[in-house]
Amino acid sequence: MNAPASDMTSVSDFIAEPYVTQGSTVIDCNVKKIFYGSFLAVRDSFVPIEKNKITAFIGPSGCGKSTVLRSLNRMNDLIPIFRFEGTVNYHGQDIYAKGVDPVVVRRYIGMVFQQPNPFSMSIYDNVAFGLRLNKFKGNYDEKVQKALERAALWKEVKDKLKNSGLSLSGGQQQRLCIARAIATEPDVLLMDEPCSALDPIATRQVEELMLELRERFTVALVTHNMQQATRVGDTTAFFSVDISQGGRTGYLVEMGPTKQVFEDPQQKLTKEYVAGEFS
Amino acid sequence: MTDIDLTAPAAPAFVRPNLQRQAWEGRAIKNNILTGITWIIAILAAIPLISVIIMLLMQGGSRLFGSDIVEVLTALPPAGFEMGGGIGPAIVGTLVMVAIATVISVPFGIMAAIYLAILGRTSQLATYSRFLAKVLTGFPSILAGVFVYAVLVINFGYSPWAGGLALAVLMLPTVVLAAEEAIAQVPQRMKDAAFGMGCTRTQVIWKVVLPTGLPGILTGVMLAIAGAAGESAPLLFTALFSNYFLESLAPVNNPTASLSILIYNFSGMPFENQIELAWTASLVLVLIVLVFNILARLVGQPKA
Amino acid sequence: MATNPFERAGSSGTITRPPSGGELTTDSVFRGIAYVCAALIVVLTALILWELGKEAMPAISKYGLGFWYGTTWDVNKGVFGVLPEIWGTLYSSLLALLLGGVFGISIAIFLTQDFIHAKLAVVFRTIVELLAAIPSVVYGLWGIYVLIPMIRPGAEWLHQHFGWVPFFSTDLSGPGMAPAALVLAIMILPTVAAISVDAFRRIPYKVKEAAYGMGTTKWEAILKVMLPTASSGILAALVLGFGRALGETMALAMLIGNANQINLSLFAPANTLASLLASSFPEAGGIEVQALMYAALVLLLITFIVNVAGLAVQQYTVRKFEGKA
Repeated sequence: MNAPASDMTSVSDFIAEPYVTQGSTVIDCNVKKIFYGSFLAVRDSFVPIEKNKITAFIGPSGCGKSTVLRSLNRMNDLIPIFRFEGTVNYHGQDIYAKGVDPVVVRRYIGMVFQQPNPFSMSIYDNVAFGLRLNKFKGNYDEKVQKALERAALWKEVKDKLKNSGLSLSGGQQQRLCIARAIATEPDVLLMDEPCSALDPIATRQVEELMLELRERFTVALVTHNMQQATRVGDTTAFFSVDISQGGRTGYLVEMGPTKQVFEDPQQKLTKEYVAGEFS
Repeated sequence: MTDIDLTAPAAPAFVRPNLQRQAWEGRAIKNNILTGITWIIAILAAIPLISVIIMLLMQGGSRLFGSDIVEVLTALPPAGFEMGGGIGPAIVGTLVMVAIATVISVPFGIMAAIYLAILGRTSQLATYSRFLAKVLTGFPSILAGVFVYAVLVINFGYSPWAGGLALAVLMLPTVVLAAEEAIAQVPQRMKDAAFGMGCTRTQVIWKVVLPTGLPGILTGVMLAIAGAAGESAPLLFTALFSNYFLESLAPVNNPTASLSILIYNFSGMPFENQIELAWTASLVLVLIVLVFNILARLVGQPKA
Repeated sequence: MATNPFERAGSSGTITRPPSGGELTTDSVFRGIAYVCAALIVVLTALILWELGKEAMPAISKYGLGFWYGTTWDVNKGVFGVLPEIWGTLYSSLLALLLGGVFGISIAIFLTQDFIHAKLAVVFRTIVELLAAIPSVVYGLWGIYVLIPMIRPGAEWLHQHFGWVPFFSTDLSGPGMAPAALVLAIMILPTVAAISVDAFRRIPYKVKEAAYGMGTTKWEAILKVMLPTASSGILAALVLGFGRALGETMALAMLIGNANQINLSLFAPANTLASLLASSFPEAGGIEVQALMYAALVLLLITFIVNVAGLAVQQYTVRKFEGKA
């Protein structure tokens, strides 16, 4: 595979053009290096997340798109050998600065995972979990109903809120997890391939949901499915993986408005990928 | 810190959140206290073991690791005010009875495990046997003694066979369950390959399943032996106790010494010498149990 | 005409052949033996029940249900009742469960929820396993010469200052409920810890991720998500630990004092069914053996019920995670 056209040296020195946002930026993510132990997983990726937009991360397997997403609310801190170099500015504060509590970060920046992961408690308690966690004082029933309505699950579960969250189908479970995540109205919602375990019908429901969520939240979405990125993404960041140095290091190749990335990519690699020449 | 806004629509003027760690916030304090308690509990739990080991080495080690070692390991136990003496008959008795228990329980246990894991895995007999084996692992060990008393001792008197049988009753469920698990872990594709070559079920078991599952089976056997060696309750009224060496294995009234019963008998005696010997016997017993525990780990390691 | 379709193949230069008669006979004999051995477990259980029942029958017909609530054990008068022993068995086991349960569950949390480096966790796990490897009789010896002298000053102080509390209403003169229950707690700790560790390990990683993703602190995740999710497995650990405690014999026979009395005091001597058997059986004769057989049957019944309950909870847990609730 050739190096991208604009880059005359080699893949391992390539750094994408910084994307200049049009609206206001919620998270300014500037990855210098992400390590797992001594393994360099991601390098030099500048990914700003715009307010009230859906930013889609695409790229081949192993390109580090999930790793970058999970760095945005310090989920990677659960992995002891994880090391982050760079800055992630959230409303102007670096969440990797000394003294920042990752627990607080995760309350503002919520997450929906690849596999539906409801807790083994009732549907109601799953949604109310975050409210209780944040010591919310007010009408729980109303908040739970609203979150379930927004997650397009209310009609299906309103008569069985006491049933276990695990008794639902896979698609329902994922929407329950979304309801759980949005019940506390976090500022930003990170979604890590939320539809990969779902059938096409459930996928469509979740995509419609994302478009609605955009009105109130800011969404960052990792997807393996390029059509999904074109359907819901306002902005798209394309990552690729560099194997020239012996390892598998992910890096940002191109970021821009979705329409531009798919119809008029600036990089040869992007063009090949969106044309489906490799995956 | 600022509350998360749950009511305002889309919050036009977003309050910049404070992300700093708040050391004196209730959440952080609770977190630290609970972590502290957990550490203390973990350390407290290690104290009894350390104390037992220190006592064994100090009280029992002085006789065992000194010039008396030969006498301690081979001599007869001392009477009343007598000095010196040893635990020879008890060591022999324990080893003989554990050997009898192993010879009885291991073949039956492995064969039963083969049935439970392969031949009749889903049969009704397997369901019942598996369940009862689990129930029997929690069976009070003294009841094994009562059972053997009722079937053997009443008619034939105390003997190493009665003691060994009582230990075998306790070992059997452990061996069965461990061997079943080891056998069940042999990958199906290996069995499929053997069946595909036209092996009979017996051949599949002998040539593929048992050799592959052997480390796991041996681990279970070693752990069962370690457990049996340390048992005392089932021997109380099956083997009883004796001050002399076991002279024959004839199935007649033939009370047999064991380390654990020696410890029990000597622990309540008002003589320094006997109490010291009880500690020495404890150390020897713990070492025997440890050897089998270590063997269990060694044989369980996959071959390099 | 029926012919063996493989016969021609066999004669045309290939080395395959059907299994010989000997191999087929071995196969069926071997399978027969395995069947008999599996049946042996059922037979053994039945035989234990039958033998104990048969030997206890004279006592059962003679003392009937009164045996359960009688409080005297007098060989000379021929009066036998095991209520003090049932009380002692349940009381010592409950105390041990309380202590061993708190410790066992805490240690399971300590070992599974990222408190220590994986290598250090192995060291701690080995320590817990070693606790289980030490023979009961050695714990008894340790209890007599280390534990009782150690807790005695504290027990005396409690009795002097808080003697009006029923738990401290007597003096610790030597053996008694407190040292017995403490040693029992140490002995069931490995059982509780090991089964609880399994319960925590069975929780999928994604559940932990979900909890942290919601912005929980470590202990919020443990108390609000991990513990409830593992709760049925932990319940099984407690019930099975309780079953272990009920049947434990030697350490108790050496530490509890073998006194036929019902007393709430932690420092009073008491007795349990198993230690009654251990201390009386070797010298018993005739009528007392029959009464002891009845006592053994009572113990068997109690432990059987508790163990079956524990196994049922455990099965339910496994099914909940594998098959779906």
